Amino acid sequence: MDQFTKPQGPSRRGLMGAVAGLAASSAVSAAAQASPAAEQFSGRPDIHLDVNGMDRALNIDVRTSLLDALREHLDLTGSKKGCDHGQCGACTVLVDGERVLGCLTLAMAAQGRRITTIEGLAGGDGALDPMQQAFIDKDAFQCGYCTPGQILSAVACVAEGHAKTDADIQEYMSGNLCRCGAYPNIVAAIKQARDQMGRG
Amino acid sequence: MRPFTYERAADLPGAKRLGHDTGQGQTESPVQFLAGGTTLVDLMKLDVLRPERVVDIGPLRSAHAAIDARPDGLRLGALASMSKVADHPDVGRDYPAIAQSLSLAASAQIRNMASLGGNVLQRTRCPYFRDPSWAACNKRNPGSGCTAIEGVNHNHAVLGVDQSCISQYPGDLAVVLAAFDAEVEVSGPAGDRRLPFVSLHRPAESKPHMETTLRGGEVIIAFNVPAGPWTRRSLYLKIRDRASYEFALASAAVGIALDGDTVRDARIGVGGVAYRPWRSREAEAVLIGKPLTEANAEAAAEAAFASAVTHGGNDFKPELGRRTLVRALLQARTMSVGTGEG
Repeated sequence: MDQFTKPQGPSRRGLMGAVAGLAASSAVSAAAQASPAAEQFSGRPDIHLDVNGMDRALNIDVRTSLLDALREHLDLTGSKKGCDHGQCGACTVLVDGERVLGCLTLAMAAQGRRITTIEGLAGGDGALDPMQQAFIDKDAFQCGYCTPGQILSAVACVAEGHAKTDADIQEYMSGNLCRCGAYPNIVAAIKQARDQMGRG
Repeated sequence: MRPFTYERAADLPGAKRLGHDTGQGQTESPVQFLAGGTTLVDLMKLDVLRPERVVDIGPLRSAHAAIDARPDGLRLGALASMSKVADHPDVGRDYPAIAQSLSLAASAQIRNMASLGGNVLQRTRCPYFRDPSWAACNKRNPGSGCTAIEGVNHNHAVLGVDQSCISQYPGDLAVVLAAFDAEVEVSGPAGDRRLPFVSLHRPAESKPHMETTLRGGEVIIAFNVPAGPWTRRSLYLKIRDRASYEFALASAAVGIALDGDTVRDARIGVGGVAYRPWRSREAEAVLIGKPLTEANAEAAAEAAFASAVTHGGNDFKPELGRRTLVRALLQARTMSVGTGEG
Protein backbone atom coordinates (compact mmCIF):
# COMPACT_ATOMS: atom_id res chain seq x y z
CA MET A 1 0.00 0.00 0.00
CA ASP A 2 1.42 3.34 -0.97
CA GLN A 3 0.51 5.86 1.69
CA PHE A 4 1.69 8.80 -0.38
CA THR A 5 -0.17 8.32 -3.62
CA LYS A 6 -3.06 6.00 -2.98
CA PRO A 7 -6.37 7.45 -1.85
CA GLN A 8 -7.28 5.88 1.46
CA GLY A 9 -10.28 3.60 1.29
CA PRO A 10 -12.26 1.79 3.93
CA SER A 11 -11.27 -1.69 2.73
CA ARG A 12 -9.54 -4.26 4.89
CA ARG A 13 -6.61 -4.18 2.50
CA GLY A 14 -6.34 -0.42 2.86
CA LEU A 15 -6.22 -0.53 6.65
CA MET A 16 -3.68 -3.33 6.73
CA GLY A 17 -1.52 -1.62 4.15
CA ALA A 18 -1.53 1.72 5.94
CA VAL A 19 -0.21 0.11 9.10
CA ALA A 20 2.49 -1.74 7.23
CA GLY A 21 3.43 1.40 5.34
CA LEU A 22 3.94 3.42 8.54
CA ALA A 23 6.13 0.70 9.99
CA ALA A 24 8.24 0.56 6.87
CA SER A 25 8.72 4.31 6.56
CA SER A 26 10.13 4.57 10.08
CA ALA A 27 12.56 1.72 9.50
CA VAL A 28 13.94 2.54 6.09
CA SER A 29 15.54 5.68 4.81
CA ALA A 30 13.34 7.22 2.17
CA ALA A 31 16.21 8.85 0.33
CA ALA A 32 16.81 7.77 -3.22
CA GLN A 33 20.49 8.04 -3.97
CA ALA A 34 20.57 8.82 -7.65
CA SER A 35 23.89 9.52 -9.28
CA PRO A 36 24.34 10.95 -12.74
CA ALA A 37 27.10 8.49 -13.68
CA ALA A 38 25.05 5.38 -13.01
CA GLU A 39 21.51 5.18 -11.83
CA GLN A 40 21.67 4.01 -8.24
CA PHE A 41 18.73 3.55 -5.93
CA SER A 42 18.50 2.35 -2.37
CA GLY A 43 15.88 2.61 0.34
CA ARG A 44 12.57 3.87 -0.99
CA PRO A 45 12.81 5.73 -4.28
CA ASP A 46 10.00 7.34 -6.26
CA ILE A 47 9.46 5.58 -9.55
CA HIS A 48 6.95 5.48 -12.40
CA LEU A 49 5.43 2.45 -14.04
CA ASP A 50 3.39 2.30 -17.25
CA VAL A 51 0.50 0.06 -16.25
CA ASN A 52 -2.46 -0.60 -18.53
CA GLY A 53 -1.68 2.50 -20.52
CA MET A 54 -1.47 4.80 -17.51
CA ASP A 55 1.56 6.44 -15.96
CA ARG A 56 1.53 5.43 -12.30
CA ALA A 57 3.72 7.03 -9.63
CA LEU A 58 4.91 4.86 -6.76
CA ASN A 59 7.14 5.18 -3.74
CA ILE A 60 8.50 1.69 -3.13
CA ASP A 61 11.31 -0.21 -1.50
CA VAL A 62 13.86 -1.26 -4.15
CA ARG A 63 13.22 -4.87 -3.13
CA THR A 64 9.60 -4.75 -4.30
CA SER A 65 8.63 -7.24 -6.98
CA LEU A 66 6.49 -6.09 -9.86
CA LEU A 67 3.75 -8.34 -8.47
CA ASP A 68 3.82 -6.66 -5.05
CA ALA A 69 3.98 -3.22 -6.67
CA LEU A 70 0.81 -4.00 -8.60
CA ARG A 71 -1.06 -5.64 -5.73
CA GLU A 72 0.07 -3.71 -2.69
CA HIS A 73 0.79 -0.28 -4.11
CA LEU A 74 -1.53 0.11 -7.08
CA ASP A 75 -4.46 -1.97 -5.80
CA LEU A 76 -4.39 -4.10 -8.95
CA THR A 77 -5.09 -7.35 -7.13
CA GLY A 78 -6.07 -9.33 -10.22
CA SER A 79 -2.49 -10.58 -10.50
CA LYS A 80 -2.22 -13.33 -7.93
CA LYS A 81 0.57 -14.48 -5.64
CA GLY A 82 0.81 -18.25 -5.60
CA CYS A 83 4.30 -19.57 -4.94
CA ASP A 84 6.20 -16.24 -5.23
CA HIS A 85 9.13 -18.23 -6.70
CA GLY A 86 8.36 -18.55 -10.40
CA GLN A 87 6.88 -22.01 -10.22
CA CYS A 88 3.10 -21.53 -10.60
CA GLY A 89 2.39 -18.72 -13.07
CA ALA A 90 -0.41 -17.09 -11.06
CA CYS A 91 1.43 -13.76 -11.25
CA THR A 92 1.75 -13.76 -15.06
CA VAL A 93 1.52 -10.29 -16.61
CA LEU A 94 2.50 -8.91 -20.00
CA VAL A 95 5.57 -6.70 -20.28
CA ASP A 96 6.01 -5.09 -23.69
CA GLY A 97 3.47 -7.65 -24.89
CA GLU A 98 5.40 -10.69 -23.65
CA ARG A 99 4.23 -12.89 -20.77
CA VAL A 100 6.52 -12.76 -17.76
CA LEU A 101 6.37 -13.55 -14.06
CA GLY A 102 5.60 -10.56 -11.83
CA CYS A 103 7.03 -12.32 -8.78
CA LEU A 104 10.55 -12.63 -10.22
CA THR A 105 10.60 -9.18 -11.83
CA LEU A 106 11.88 -6.31 -9.75
CA ALA A 107 9.59 -3.31 -10.10
CA MET A 108 12.72 -1.19 -10.50
CA ALA A 109 13.61 -3.16 -13.63
CA ALA A 110 10.12 -2.72 -15.09
CA GLN A 111 10.41 1.06 -15.38
CA GLY A 112 9.95 2.30 -18.91
CA ARG A 113 8.26 -0.89 -20.04
CA ARG A 114 4.62 -1.40 -20.99
CA ILE A 115 2.86 -3.51 -18.36
CA THR A 116 -0.53 -5.11 -18.96
CA THR A 117 -2.47 -6.79 -16.16
CA ILE A 118 -5.79 -8.62 -16.23
CA GLU A 119 -7.46 -5.33 -15.28
CA GLY A 120 -6.21 -3.80 -18.53
CA LEU A 121 -7.24 -6.58 -20.88
CA ALA A 122 -10.88 -5.63 -21.50
CA GLY A 123 -11.60 -2.87 -23.97
CA GLY A 124 -12.32 0.69 -22.90
CA ASP A 125 -16.03 0.03 -23.41
CA GLY A 126 -15.91 -2.76 -20.86
CA ALA A 127 -16.26 -5.50 -23.46
CA LEU A 128 -14.35 -8.59 -22.42
CA ASP A 129 -11.31 -9.72 -24.34
CA PRO A 130 -12.13 -12.79 -26.47
CA MET A 131 -9.94 -14.89 -24.17
CA GLN A 132 -11.82 -13.74 -21.07
CA GLN A 133 -15.15 -14.54 -22.75
CA ALA A 134 -13.85 -17.92 -23.87
CA PHE A 135 -12.86 -18.85 -20.31
CA ILE A 136 -16.46 -18.09 -19.25
CA ASP A 137 -18.01 -19.88 -22.22
CA LYS A 138 -15.90 -23.02 -21.71
CA ASP A 139 -16.12 -23.10 -17.90
CA ALA A 140 -12.32 -22.89 -17.80
CA PHE A 141 -11.96 -22.15 -14.09
CA GLN A 142 -13.21 -23.40 -10.77
CA CYS A 143 -11.77 -21.52 -7.80
CA GLY A 144 -10.45 -18.83 -10.15
CA TYR A 145 -7.18 -18.12 -8.38
CA CYS A 146 -4.94 -19.07 -11.29
CA THR A 147 -7.33 -17.61 -13.88
CA PRO A 148 -5.89 -14.10 -14.40
CA GLY A 149 -2.46 -15.63 -15.01
CA GLN A 150 -3.94 -18.32 -17.23
CA ILE A 151 -5.78 -15.75 -19.35
CA LEU A 152 -2.80 -13.43 -19.82
CA SER A 153 -0.55 -16.40 -20.56
CA ALA A 154 -3.13 -17.69 -23.05
CA VAL A 155 -3.39 -14.33 -24.82
CA ALA A 156 0.39 -14.36 -25.28
CA CYS A 157 0.41 -18.05 -26.25
CA VAL A 158 -1.95 -17.33 -29.13
CA ALA A 159 -0.06 -14.19 -30.16
CA GLU A 160 3.21 -16.17 -30.21
CA GLY A 161 1.71 -18.73 -32.57
CA HIS A 162 2.08 -21.51 -30.01
CA ALA A 163 -1.60 -22.50 -29.91
CA LYS A 164 -1.90 -24.38 -33.19
CA THR A 165 -2.57 -27.81 -31.68
CA ASP A 166 -3.77 -29.22 -28.37
CA ALA A 167 -0.25 -30.53 -27.74
CA ASP A 168 1.24 -27.09 -28.41
CA ILE A 169 -1.23 -25.44 -26.04
CA GLN A 170 -0.47 -27.97 -23.31
CA GLU A 171 3.28 -27.52 -23.73
CA TYR A 172 3.29 -23.74 -23.98
CA MET A 173 0.81 -23.26 -21.13
CA SER A 174 2.74 -25.54 -18.77
CA GLY A 175 4.01 -22.58 -16.77
CA ASN A 176 0.51 -21.95 -15.41
CA LEU A 177 -0.59 -24.47 -12.80
CA CYS A 178 -4.26 -25.09 -11.92
CA ARG A 179 -4.79 -26.94 -8.68
CA CYS A 180 -8.47 -27.45 -9.51
CA GLY A 181 -7.49 -29.33 -12.65
CA ALA A 182 -9.47 -27.26 -15.14
CA TYR A 183 -6.88 -27.98 -17.81
CA PRO A 184 -9.15 -29.60 -20.45
CA ASN A 185 -11.51 -26.63 -20.33
CA ILE A 186 -8.62 -24.18 -20.45
CA VAL A 187 -7.39 -25.83 -23.65
CA ALA A 188 -10.92 -25.62 -25.08
CA ALA A 189 -11.16 -21.93 -24.17
CA ILE A 190 -7.83 -21.12 -25.78
CA LYS A 191 -8.90 -22.88 -29.00
CA GLN A 192 -12.14 -20.87 -29.10
CA ALA A 193 -10.35 -17.57 -28.56
CA ARG A 194 -7.58 -18.52 -31.00
CA ASP A 195 -10.10 -19.06 -33.76
CA GLN A 196 -11.79 -15.74 -32.99
CA MET A 197 -8.47 -13.92 -32.86
CA GLY A 198 -7.41 -15.37 -36.20
CA ARG A 199 -4.05 -16.50 -34.90
CA GLY A 200 -2.42 -19.84 -34.35
CA MET B 1 14.95 -10.18 1.27
CA ARG B 2 17.86 -8.15 2.56
CA PRO B 3 18.27 -4.51 1.56
CA PHE B 4 20.44 -3.80 -1.45
CA THR B 5 21.29 -0.96 -3.77
CA TYR B 6 19.82 -1.27 -7.24
CA GLU B 7 22.07 0.06 -9.98
CA ARG B 8 21.30 0.20 -13.65
CA ALA B 9 24.17 -0.15 -16.11
CA ALA B 10 23.41 1.92 -19.19
CA ASP B 11 25.90 0.07 -21.35
CA LEU B 12 28.76 -2.45 -21.33
CA PRO B 13 31.43 -0.10 -19.91
CA GLY B 14 29.02 0.79 -17.12
CA ALA B 15 28.35 -2.87 -16.36
CA LYS B 16 32.05 -3.70 -16.16
CA ARG B 17 32.73 -0.74 -13.87
CA LEU B 18 29.81 -1.39 -11.54
CA GLY B 19 30.35 -5.14 -11.50
CA HIS B 20 33.96 -5.31 -10.40
CA ASP B 21 33.08 -7.38 -7.29
CA THR B 22 30.85 -9.94 -8.95
CA GLY B 23 33.28 -12.74 -8.09
CA GLN B 24 33.29 -16.22 -9.61
CA GLY B 25 29.86 -17.48 -8.76
CA GLN B 26 30.30 -17.49 -4.98
CA THR B 27 27.10 -16.95 -3.06
CA GLU B 28 28.83 -14.37 -0.85
CA SER B 29 29.78 -12.09 -3.77
CA PRO B 30 28.68 -8.60 -2.72
CA VAL B 31 27.65 -7.65 -6.26
CA GLN B 32 25.38 -9.61 -8.59
CA PHE B 33 24.43 -8.89 -12.17
CA LEU B 34 20.69 -8.88 -12.88
CA ALA B 35 19.43 -9.80 -16.34
CA GLY B 36 16.16 -11.74 -16.43
CA GLY B 37 16.22 -12.22 -12.67
CA THR B 38 14.71 -15.69 -12.74
CA THR B 39 17.55 -17.18 -10.70
CA LEU B 40 18.80 -14.12 -8.84
CA VAL B 41 15.51 -12.78 -7.48
CA ASP B 42 14.41 -16.28 -6.51
CA LEU B 43 17.60 -16.95 -4.56
CA MET B 44 17.52 -13.51 -2.94
CA LYS B 45 14.02 -14.23 -1.65
CA LEU B 46 15.34 -17.51 -0.25
CA ASP B 47 18.22 -15.65 1.43
CA VAL B 48 20.74 -17.80 -0.44
CA LEU B 49 22.15 -14.83 -2.36
CA ARG B 50 22.61 -11.67 -0.30
CA PRO B 51 24.12 -9.04 -2.59
CA GLU B 52 24.75 -5.55 -1.30
CA ARG B 53 24.46 -4.23 -4.84
CA VAL B 54 22.46 -5.53 -7.78
CA VAL B 55 23.62 -4.28 -11.17
CA ASP B 56 20.84 -4.44 -13.75
CA ILE B 57 22.37 -5.16 -17.16
CA GLY B 58 18.96 -5.22 -18.89
CA PRO B 59 19.85 -2.12 -20.97
CA LEU B 60 22.59 -4.18 -22.65
CA ARG B 61 19.82 -6.02 -24.52
CA SER B 62 19.79 -3.35 -27.20
CA ALA B 63 23.39 -4.09 -28.22
CA HIS B 64 24.02 -7.70 -27.16
CA ALA B 65 20.98 -9.77 -28.07
CA ALA B 66 21.55 -10.46 -31.77
CA ILE B 67 21.16 -13.93 -33.25
CA ASP B 68 23.54 -14.28 -36.17
CA ALA B 69 23.65 -17.50 -38.20
CA ARG B 70 26.64 -17.47 -40.55
CA PRO B 71 28.00 -20.25 -42.78
CA ASP B 72 30.83 -20.98 -40.35
CA GLY B 73 28.79 -20.85 -37.19
CA LEU B 74 26.19 -19.34 -34.94
CA ARG B 75 26.74 -16.30 -32.75
CA LEU B 76 24.22 -15.79 -29.98
CA GLY B 77 24.19 -12.51 -28.06
CA ALA B 78 24.21 -13.32 -24.37
CA LEU B 79 21.33 -10.96 -23.61
CA ALA B 80 19.05 -12.69 -26.12
CA SER B 81 16.09 -14.29 -24.40
CA MET B 82 15.75 -18.06 -24.37
CA SER B 83 12.42 -17.77 -26.22
CA LYS B 84 13.81 -15.65 -29.06
CA VAL B 85 16.61 -18.12 -29.73
CA ALA B 86 14.32 -21.15 -29.36
CA ASP B 87 11.93 -19.77 -32.00
CA HIS B 88 14.57 -18.48 -34.43
CA PRO B 89 14.12 -20.32 -37.76
CA ASP B 90 17.86 -20.56 -38.56
CA VAL B 91 18.60 -22.05 -35.14
CA GLY B 92 15.78 -24.55 -35.45
CA ARG B 93 16.90 -25.68 -38.90
CA ASP B 94 20.67 -25.72 -38.55
CA TYR B 95 21.13 -26.31 -34.80
CA PRO B 96 18.04 -28.23 -33.72
CA ALA B 97 19.70 -29.41 -30.50
CA ILE B 98 20.08 -25.79 -29.40
CA ALA B 99 16.47 -24.87 -30.22
CA GLN B 100 15.17 -27.99 -28.47
CA SER B 101 17.28 -27.52 -25.36
CA LEU B 102 15.77 -24.06 -24.97
CA SER B 103 12.14 -24.84 -25.81
CA LEU B 104 12.16 -27.83 -23.44
CA ALA B 105 13.51 -25.71 -20.58
CA ALA B 106 11.49 -23.87 -17.93
CA SER B 107 8.18 -22.27 -18.92
CA ALA B 108 7.18 -19.81 -21.63
CA GLN B 109 7.20 -16.96 -19.10
CA ILE B 110 10.67 -17.80 -17.80
CA ARG B 111 12.02 -18.26 -21.33
CA ASN B 112 10.82 -14.74 -22.16
CA MET B 113 12.62 -13.32 -19.13
CA ALA B 114 15.83 -15.30 -18.95
CA SER B 115 18.88 -14.32 -20.98
CA LEU B 116 21.20 -16.92 -22.45
CA GLY B 117 24.04 -15.68 -20.26
CA GLY B 118 21.96 -15.99 -17.14
CA ASN B 119 20.61 -19.35 -18.24
CA VAL B 120 24.02 -20.98 -18.53
CA LEU B 121 24.94 -19.54 -15.12
CA GLN B 122 21.77 -20.69 -13.36
CA ARG B 123 22.39 -22.24 -9.95
CA THR B 124 21.82 -25.78 -8.89
CA ARG B 125 18.39 -26.87 -7.68
CA CYS B 126 19.89 -28.88 -4.82
CA PRO B 127 17.35 -28.40 -1.99
CA TYR B 128 20.11 -28.11 0.58
CA PHE B 129 21.72 -25.30 -1.39
CA ARG B 130 18.39 -23.50 -1.79
CA ASP B 131 17.41 -23.68 1.88
CA PRO B 132 19.80 -21.86 4.26
CA SER B 133 18.24 -23.59 7.26
CA TRP B 134 20.52 -26.50 6.31
CA ALA B 135 23.84 -25.52 7.81
CA ALA B 136 25.96 -27.92 5.79
CA CYS B 137 26.38 -26.93 2.16
CA ASN B 138 29.86 -26.43 0.77
CA LYS B 139 28.49 -24.48 -2.16
CA ARG B 140 26.81 -21.97 0.15
CA ASN B 141 29.08 -22.15 3.19
CA PRO B 142 32.58 -23.27 2.20
CA GLY B 143 33.87 -26.01 4.48
CA SER B 144 30.51 -26.76 6.09
CA GLY B 145 30.00 -30.18 4.49
CA CYS B 146 27.43 -31.67 2.13
CA THR B 147 23.99 -32.63 3.43
CA ALA B 148 22.93 -34.23 0.14
CA ILE B 149 25.48 -37.06 0.23
CA GLU B 150 23.57 -38.67 3.12
CA GLY B 151 20.30 -36.91 2.37
CA VAL B 152 17.58 -36.92 -0.25
CA ASN B 153 19.56 -37.10 -3.47
CA HIS B 154 17.04 -38.32 -6.04
CA ASN B 155 18.07 -35.69 -8.59
CA HIS B 156 21.72 -35.20 -7.73
CA ALA B 157 24.68 -35.66 -10.01
CA VAL B 158 26.58 -38.88 -10.67
CA LEU B 159 29.32 -37.49 -12.94
CA GLY B 160 31.97 -35.00 -11.86
CA VAL B 161 31.04 -35.19 -8.18
CA ASP B 162 33.38 -35.44 -5.23
CA GLN B 163 32.99 -35.59 -1.46
CA SER B 164 32.51 -31.82 -1.30
CA CYS B 165 29.40 -31.59 -3.49
CA ILE B 166 27.09 -33.82 -5.50
CA SER B 167 24.77 -31.07 -6.75
CA GLN B 168 23.55 -31.25 -10.30
CA TYR B 169 23.98 -28.58 -12.94
CA PRO B 170 20.32 -28.10 -13.93
CA GLY B 171 20.50 -26.34 -17.29
CA ASP B 172 19.86 -27.70 -20.76
CA LEU B 173 21.40 -25.25 -23.26
CA ALA B 174 24.79 -25.52 -21.56
CA VAL B 175 24.91 -29.26 -22.23
CA VAL B 176 24.64 -28.56 -25.96
CA LEU B 177 27.15 -25.72 -25.85
CA ALA B 178 29.64 -27.93 -24.00
CA ALA B 179 29.25 -30.75 -26.51
CA PHE B 180 29.35 -28.55 -29.61
CA ASP B 181 32.73 -26.83 -29.03
CA ALA B 182 31.11 -23.48 -28.22
CA GLU B 183 33.20 -20.51 -27.18
CA VAL B 184 32.22 -17.80 -24.73
CA GLU B 185 32.96 -14.14 -25.44
CA VAL B 186 33.42 -12.17 -22.25
CA SER B 187 34.25 -8.54 -21.65
CA GLY B 188 35.69 -7.27 -18.40
CA PRO B 189 37.69 -4.52 -16.74
CA ALA B 190 40.95 -6.13 -17.97
CA GLY B 191 39.73 -6.48 -21.54
CA ASP B 192 37.93 -8.90 -23.79
CA ARG B 193 38.67 -12.61 -24.07
CA ARG B 194 37.24 -15.83 -25.45
CA LEU B 195 37.22 -19.11 -23.60
CA PRO B 196 36.00 -22.60 -24.45
CA PHE B 197 32.53 -23.13 -23.04
CA VAL B 198 33.68 -26.27 -21.23
CA SER B 199 36.04 -24.17 -19.13
CA LEU B 200 33.37 -21.66 -18.03
CA HIS B 201 32.12 -23.87 -15.20
CA ARG B 202 34.77 -25.08 -12.76
CA PRO B 203 34.98 -28.67 -11.58
CA ALA B 204 34.04 -29.20 -7.94
CA GLU B 205 37.61 -29.99 -6.77
CA SER B 206 36.65 -29.46 -3.13
CA LYS B 207 35.75 -25.84 -3.88
CA PRO B 208 32.13 -26.01 -5.05
CA HIS B 209 31.50 -22.44 -3.91
CA MET B 210 33.66 -21.31 -6.84
CA GLU B 211 31.33 -21.99 -9.76
CA THR B 212 32.83 -20.20 -12.73
CA THR B 213 36.12 -19.02 -14.18
CA LEU B 214 34.73 -15.55 -14.83
CA ARG B 215 36.71 -12.73 -13.27
CA GLY B 216 35.19 -9.87 -11.35
CA GLY B 217 33.25 -7.50 -13.57
CA GLU B 218 33.33 -9.80 -16.58
CA VAL B 219 30.11 -9.91 -18.55
CA ILE B 220 29.27 -12.72 -20.95
CA ILE B 221 28.70 -11.02 -24.31
CA ALA B 222 28.02 -13.89 -26.69
CA PHE B 223 28.30 -17.59 -27.42
CA ASN B 224 29.85 -18.85 -30.65
CA VAL B 225 28.94 -22.29 -31.92
CA PRO B 226 30.96 -23.51 -34.91
CA ALA B 227 28.96 -25.13 -37.69
CA GLY B 228 29.88 -28.71 -38.44
CA PRO B 229 28.40 -31.64 -40.31
CA TRP B 230 27.03 -32.78 -36.92
CA THR B 231 25.10 -29.60 -36.09
CA ARG B 232 22.20 -30.26 -38.49
CA ARG B 233 21.87 -33.90 -37.46
CA SER B 234 21.54 -32.97 -33.82
CA LEU B 235 18.92 -33.17 -31.13
CA TYR B 236 18.37 -32.72 -27.42
CA LEU B 237 16.41 -35.42 -25.59
CA LYS B 238 15.16 -34.60 -22.10
CA ILE B 239 13.70 -37.10 -19.63
CA ARG B 240 11.73 -35.67 -16.70
CA ASP B 241 9.52 -36.61 -13.76
CA ARG B 242 6.65 -34.76 -15.51
CA ALA B 243 6.04 -34.01 -19.15
CA SER B 244 6.79 -30.29 -19.15
CA TYR B 245 8.16 -27.44 -17.04
CA GLU B 246 10.58 -29.64 -15.13
CA PHE B 247 14.31 -30.09 -14.80
CA ALA B 248 15.95 -33.08 -16.42
CA LEU B 249 16.44 -36.38 -14.65
CA ALA B 250 18.61 -37.26 -17.60
CA SER B 251 19.20 -35.68 -20.98
CA ALA B 252 21.41 -36.10 -23.99
CA ALA B 253 22.71 -33.64 -26.58
CA VAL B 254 23.94 -35.44 -29.66
CA GLY B 255 25.26 -34.31 -33.02
CA ILE B 256 26.28 -36.91 -35.58
CA ALA B 257 28.03 -36.73 -38.95
CA LEU B 258 27.27 -39.87 -40.92
CA ASP B 259 29.10 -41.35 -43.88
CA GLY B 260 26.56 -43.89 -45.04
CA ASP B 261 25.86 -45.76 -41.83
CA THR B 262 29.24 -44.98 -40.33
CA VAL B 263 29.76 -42.27 -37.74
CA ARG B 264 32.33 -39.91 -39.23
CA ASP B 265 32.21 -37.49 -36.30
CA ALA B 266 30.17 -37.07 -33.14
CA ARG B 267 29.44 -34.58 -30.40
CA ILE B 268 27.87 -35.94 -27.23
CA GLY B 269 26.81 -34.22 -24.02
CA VAL B 270 24.77 -35.53 -21.11
CA GLY B 271 22.63 -33.46 -18.74
CA GLY B 272 20.65 -33.91 -15.56
CA VAL B 273 23.36 -36.21 -14.31
CA ALA B 274 26.52 -34.13 -13.92
CA TYR B 275 28.03 -31.54 -11.62
CA ARG B 276 28.65 -29.18 -14.52
CA PRO B 277 27.80 -29.04 -18.24
CA TRP B 278 29.19 -32.35 -19.40
CA ARG B 279 30.71 -33.41 -22.70
CA SER B 280 31.52 -37.09 -23.05
CA ARG B 281 34.56 -37.45 -25.26
CA GLU B 282 34.68 -41.06 -24.05
CA ALA B 283 31.34 -41.78 -25.72
CA GLU B 284 32.37 -39.91 -28.87
CA ALA B 285 35.59 -41.97 -29.13
CA VAL B 286 33.68 -45.24 -28.91
CA LEU B 287 31.30 -44.22 -31.66
CA ILE B 288 33.52 -42.53 -34.25
CA GLY B 289 34.43 -44.79 -37.15
CA LYS B 290 31.77 -47.37 -36.36
CA PRO B 291 28.29 -48.00 -37.77
CA LEU B 292 25.56 -46.33 -35.75
CA THR B 293 23.95 -49.52 -34.50
CA GLU B 294 22.08 -50.05 -31.26
CA ALA B 295 24.98 -52.13 -29.93
CA ASN B 296 27.51 -49.39 -30.68
CA ALA B 297 25.22 -46.76 -29.19
CA GLU B 298 25.01 -48.87 -26.03
CA ALA B 299 28.79 -49.17 -25.93
CA ALA B 300 29.08 -45.39 -26.22
CA ALA B 301 26.56 -44.91 -23.43
CA GLU B 302 28.46 -47.38 -21.28
CA ALA B 303 31.60 -45.30 -21.76
CA ALA B 304 29.75 -42.06 -20.93
CA PHE B 305 28.75 -43.35 -17.50
CA ALA B 306 31.80 -45.49 -16.69
CA SER B 307 32.92 -43.04 -14.01
CA ALA B 308 29.47 -42.55 -12.42
CA VAL B 309 29.28 -42.41 -8.62
CA THR B 310 25.86 -42.75 -6.98
CA HIS B 311 24.57 -42.04 -3.48
CA GLY B 312 21.40 -44.06 -2.97
CA GLY B 313 18.55 -41.87 -4.16
CA ASN B 314 20.19 -41.40 -7.53
CA ASP B 315 21.21 -45.02 -8.07
CA PHE B 316 18.83 -45.11 -11.04
CA LYS B 317 20.62 -42.34 -12.90
CA PRO B 318 23.42 -44.15 -14.73
CA GLU B 319 20.97 -46.60 -16.27
CA LEU B 320 18.46 -43.86 -17.14
CA GLY B 321 21.30 -41.75 -18.53
CA ARG B 322 22.56 -44.61 -20.69
CA ARG B 323 19.10 -45.37 -22.08
CA THR B 324 18.51 -41.67 -22.75
CA LEU B 325 21.74 -41.41 -24.71
CA VAL B 326 21.06 -44.57 -26.71
CA ARG B 327 17.61 -43.33 -27.65
CA ALA B 328 18.99 -39.93 -28.65
CA LEU B 329 21.67 -41.49 -30.86
CA LEU B 330 19.20 -43.79 -32.60
CA GLN B 331 16.78 -40.89 -33.14
CA ALA B 332 19.59 -38.81 -34.64
CA ARG B 333 20.32 -41.65 -37.06
CA THR B 334 16.82 -41.43 -38.50
CA MET B 335 16.79 -37.63 -38.89
CA SER B 336 16.35 -36.26 -42.37
CA VAL B 337 18.83 -33.42 -42.78
CA GLY B 338 18.79 -32.81 -46.52
CA THR B 339 21.94 -32.33 -48.54
CA GLY B 340 25.31 -31.12 -47.43
CA GLU B 341 26.29 -34.08 -45.31
CA GLY B 342 29.02 -36.36 -46.60
